[in-house]
Amino acid sequence: MTTATTTAPRTTVSTTTSATATRRKRLRSVVFHVLVIAVAVVILYPGVWMVMSSFKPSGDIVGNVNLWPETWTLDNYASAFAGIGGVSFWTFVLNSLILAVGSVVGIVLSATVSAYAFARINFPGRGVYFAVMIGTMLLPFHVVIIPQYILFNSMGLVNTFLPLLAPKFLATEAFFVFLMVQFLRGLPRELDEAARIDGCGHWGIFRLVLLPLMRPAVITSSIFAFIWSWNDFLGPLLYLKRPDTYPLPIALRLYVDQTSVSDYGAQMAMAVLALVPVLLFFVVFQRYLVDGVATQGLKG
Amino acid sequence: MSATTTERGRAAGRGGVRGTAATSSPARGGGKPQRNRADVKAGYAFLSPWLLGFVLLTAGPMLMSLYLAFTDYNLFRAPTFVGIDNFTALFADPRFLKSAQVTAVYVLVGVPVKLAAALAVALLLNAKHRGQGAYRSMFYAPSLIGASVSVAIVWRAMFIDDGIADQVQQFFGLPAGGWVGDPSMTMPMMILLAVWQFGAPMVIFLAGLKQIPAELHEAAAVDGAGPIRRFVSVTLPMLSPVLFFNLLLETIGAFQVFSSAFIISGGTGGPADSTLFYTFYLYLKGFTEFRMGYASAMAWVLVLVVGIITAVLFRTSRAWVHYTGDVR
Repeated sequence: MTTATTTAPRTTVSTTTSATATRRKRLRSVVFHVLVIAVAVVILYPGVWMVMSSFKPSGDIVGNVNLWPETWTLDNYASAFAGIGGVSFWTFVLNSLILAVGSVVGIVLSATVSAYAFARINFPGRGVYFAVMIGTMLLPFHVVIIPQYILFNSMGLVNTFLPLLAPKFLATEAFFVFLMVQFLRGLPRELDEAARIDGCGHWGIFRLVLLPLMRPAVITSSIFAFIWSWNDFLGPLLYLKRPDTYPLPIALRLYVDQTSVSDYGAQMAMAVLALVPVLLFFVVFQRYLVDGVATQGLKG
Repeated sequence: MSATTTERGRAAGRGGVRGTAATSSPARGGGKPQRNRADVKAGYAFLSPWLLGFVLLTAGPMLMSLYLAFTDYNLFRAPTFVGIDNFTALFADPRFLKSAQVTAVYVLVGVPVKLAAALAVALLLNAKHRGQGAYRSMFYAPSLIGASVSVAIVWRAMFIDDGIADQVQQFFGLPAGGWVGDPSMTMPMMILLAVWQFGAPMVIFLAGLKQIPAELHEAAAVDGAGPIRRFVSVTLPMLSPVLFFNLLLETIGAFQVFSSAFIISGGTGGPADSTLFYTFYLYLKGFTEFRMGYASAMAWVLVLVVGIITAVLFRTSRAWVHYTGDVR
């Protein structure tokens, strides 16, 4: 839109310059595409190389700059699916799924409710709490992992999923609360007033009027919550020490350590498998993700 | 302000609280304080998940780690108070100093390079051409998976001896050898991994660029400003709030890098501690040596450093960040 308005007057000034203008425009378009494709190659190469390598024989991966496998093989996937140390591959997938779905549920429940309090209820102290909530976004979370570990360890919860899921149900990830507060602020207050006149209390306004309208924010948050939990490494590394409780990232690390240098093929196959859900989400919901990031930055 | 609200609440208490139906129509004046009290109740009810989480999982643990920072504690015996011993030991610990140095280099070099790449590509994509949306999504993808174990494994395979990077070096007649095992090359490798994830700040830059009114550029062009002059005098000042936001977010994020270094170095921080990032060393001290007091002291030093940097950024931002009230 912006370029349209800037170039329009220039081309209509005189008909003699319009030919050179269109030629310049075409040249600029070519330069744009050449540059963008160059960036795209750099961006995509590691990912494509990973996927293609997973179909190459294990000895033909490191140092093979070519993307296309000379000989195709599914052996790598066979050994990845075989599991590690007597634990099935699907156990790791199931653990990852429980953690990710649990995170989504916890974050959606706790963040929507908390965001409603921040955005829609007038009560003393709200401003202070909001500032504190924003402050926790800037806090390095490593300052709390040791006491949290001591706490959960004393409750005997190491090797359970609770230390990883409980924080999600308590809205400790301020990013999501903030995202939803921003979204709620964009919804007209008249909706609340109308519902109040119809006899709704805060719960009614939240549950019947605003929550259905928050769908886009809930979807964006759910995708991020799922992917971040799916990729999380430090949390499970601290709390899950028994192989049958491992989610995929930790299993992957075990695999790297156990197979030593030789079996790059299986490593690549497993790395690909671990990313499949993330890539699926990305392909389906890219608009939600990218727009979610964009609005977050603008209003911050 | 809070005094008046509590007074109002008390007044409502005296004047008959029952009958919430009154809030709706005739008794507007009398109804307001009641709603206020109901609001306080509802406010805390709705906020309870966050409040509980904040007290139990953030504020409480922070106080506890502050206490632990002055103790010797290994999880098995009760903590013993040791004063500032942990802090004096920290600054005499060569591995701690090394980890602080590694992290400082990573933040000071990695963040500006990443933001420069993000801004450059955002400017490129901001010119309206076909496929802009698709490129935006594609370039964002690495930010989504960059911290995953999978990508760390790929990075390691690409930069190991005889890996892709080594092959390219040899092709151009440069000295052979992988980056993973060379203490002087691990930092560039880690920074490359960070820069590869330029997509998230790029998306934020793009959104900021879209908000710059076209009239400003037109006016500057009419006044004879070339593209570079317009970038310096129009784009950069108008983009400064977004630049500030990205700088803050990326700096804080860079201090906390952990999993990629952990995977690439096989859990050691090597070679020669060249990938021993701050949080990595904190993890080793706290969770493999179980020196919880020492690790807590490290955590608090990190909080102070990040706090000071945040404060400095906010302070200096007054000089270079331009907020235009009317645009938005």
